[in-house]
Amino acid sequence: MAMAGEKGRGRWFVIAVPYLWLLALFLAPFLIVFKISLSQDVVAQPPYAPQLDLSNGLSGLTDFLSQLSLANYGYVLDFSNEFLAAYGSSLIIASISTILLLLVGYPIAYAMARAPRSIQPTLLMLVILPFWTSFLIRVYAWIGILSPEGLLNQGLMALGVIDTPLEILNTNLAVYIGIVYSYLPFMVLPLYSALEKLDLTLLEAAADLGCPPVKAFWKITFPLSLPGVAAGALLCFIPAVGEFVIPDLLGGSDTLMIGKSLWTEFTVNRSWTVSSAVAVLLLLVLVIPIVIYQNIQQRELEAGK
Amino acid sequence: MGEVMAADKARKETIGAVRRTFAPWKDPTQTPLIRFENVVKRFGDFTAVNNVSLDIYEREFFALLGPSGCGKTTLMRMLAGFEEPTSGRLTLAGEDLAGVPPYRRPVNMMFQSYALFPHMNVADNIAFGLKQDKMPKADIDARVTEMLELVKLEQFAKRKPHQLSGGQRQRVALARSLAKRPKVLLLDEPLGALDKKLREETQFELMDLQMSLGMTFLIVTHDQEEAMTVADRIAVMNHGVLVQVAPPAEIYEQPATRYIADFIGEVNLIESTVTACEGETTRLTSEVTPSPLTVAHPCEAGPGGKACIAIRPEKLRISLDPPPEGTENVFAGEIWDIGYLGDLSIYHVELACGQRLKVSQPNLSRRVARPISWEDKVWVTFDPDAGVLLTR
Repeated sequence: MAMAGEKGRGRWFVIAVPYLWLLALFLAPFLIVFKISLSQDVVAQPPYAPQLDLSNGLSGLTDFLSQLSLANYGYVLDFSNEFLAAYGSSLIIASISTILLLLVGYPIAYAMARAPRSIQPTLLMLVILPFWTSFLIRVYAWIGILSPEGLLNQGLMALGVIDTPLEILNTNLAVYIGIVYSYLPFMVLPLYSALEKLDLTLLEAAADLGCPPVKAFWKITFPLSLPGVAAGALLCFIPAVGEFVIPDLLGGSDTLMIGKSLWTEFTVNRSWTVSSAVAVLLLLVLVIPIVIYQNIQQRELEAGK
Repeated sequence: MGEVMAADKARKETIGAVRRTFAPWKDPTQTPLIRFENVVKRFGDFTAVNNVSLDIYEREFFALLGPSGCGKTTLMRMLAGFEEPTSGRLTLAGEDLAGVPPYRRPVNMMFQSYALFPHMNVADNIAFGLKQDKMPKADIDARVTEMLELVKLEQFAKRKPHQLSGGQRQRVALARSLAKRPKVLLLDEPLGALDKKLREETQFELMDLQMSLGMTFLIVTHDQEEAMTVADRIAVMNHGVLVQVAPPAEIYEQPATRYIADFIGEVNLIESTVTACEGETTRLTSEVTPSPLTVAHPCEAGPGGKACIAIRPEKLRISLDPPPEGTENVFAGEIWDIGYLGDLSIYHVELACGQRLKVSQPNLSRRVARPISWEDKVWVTFDPDAGVLLTR
């Protein structure tokens, strides 16, 4: 019996570690942000009220709860403010970026999966290699490439393709370039793992049954790689919606993204409460694709049995 | 009941008649459906198929048999179009197949792994090939239903492959490869993943199917029993070359070389020296036994030449009593080991020289205690027409 008890405790410990991790580093911060989003701005330190004061006992708690309000959400969701437009614009930019990533990433992943086995680890290494340099530095480097006096324009002008510099930096195009460049590994890796698992005899079977290679790709390879497409798309889409660094450095003043709005609200307007409400709503927007993704994964898991 | 019996009788008469007389390879007026002409296939510096010439006739059930790595699968894959021969010619119904991609060849293959499309249900898997031919939808549906009936999977049309048992998946793969009514059906180790009982049942089902559809089947297998059961002719391959091409009984009873004799079934090989060649009869002596040996088989080696007598275990007789004086083909020995298999008993008899003979005897009575036991002194004899002489 003592053995069983010990075993039970050991199991409890193993399960508890990830839950404690999530509790301390995800749920607790979220609750703090959520609480701030229900508060009001004040000129004080910290710059929001009410503060929970339990020295007055139960009345302190009821006092505290009665002062919380959804007013900040009303402000964020008001059409006359720019937040809704920023959410919409973020979703559009993230969607277009995800499609571009898929168009660029799929051929790369496909070529990697079909490459000789012996060089596949090297190719994987090359895809991961950019991570060895700071993300921020890599985005800054794009300024040097895309700016009017940048490498790209100089090169094109030297070749005589254009005679006035192209206006790329500080436009949405630069944002797309930045996102596609930065997020490519997150698209390529899940696609590669899905394509690499594909049983090549299935393609032989398709050919044997009269299906030419291009058609076999759409009938067999692509449908069977859909779990990888879904994983890659969500891994890129979710962070792209909240992206702040890329639109801030590469985008123009008219590039509207929610991450940038949040940052402005927090630093320029010094409103912790409104920026918290923006963050909570952003989380809600992103929970939907995550739930969809988990459903797909669940179905995959069941199909694999 | 009466109807079934009548149908069975009719089937027996037609199929039996065809089976009894079917031997197009002996008829010089017949043109083969498939011709391999001096086909060579090299992968790097490895020669997988070495100068193979082989004719396969329409409606034949042909087996390629050999150990793994002997080139049998490569030979089949060249016919399917997944490999191109390095040199030589491959024709199907008179048409040269060089450069014809797999999706334009009128052959279909049943894959060893079945290669069912995991994202399609059973009906869609079977319909896949038909859709490529742009067959009208109604015809496709009719053909799919017919195929499902043929393999008795009517209730499983909407299931995905992962919801089926191994035997059911095997039948889907068969139905899918038959659906397009190919000129030739290629079967790559089709029954390898099934358990023994199901495999044996399916072998007979395959034979019936091949007969009733009137198709040409080419099967690749490493299982000699499977090849012997289903095939009209067997080609035994080793190291990329054809060693012997013949009907099963001929392969078993008239093996061309020691390799074949040893590869197909069990065999005792007795190294001997020829003393006299008398037409169909050859007399020999061997260091294994003092008894003179006579085999009803002509010998290529003349008197004084070396030959090997190959005798199957079931063609040897074993006795506890010495045979009468002057009997030929006698080996005296001692029981070394006994294997009781139920229907048969296998006796390993050690001769004075140390060589061991394998003798199998049917267990005709229900005695639990067998008369022959370990370390018994026994005599083993065979009839002159039981042995074959091999010089290669």
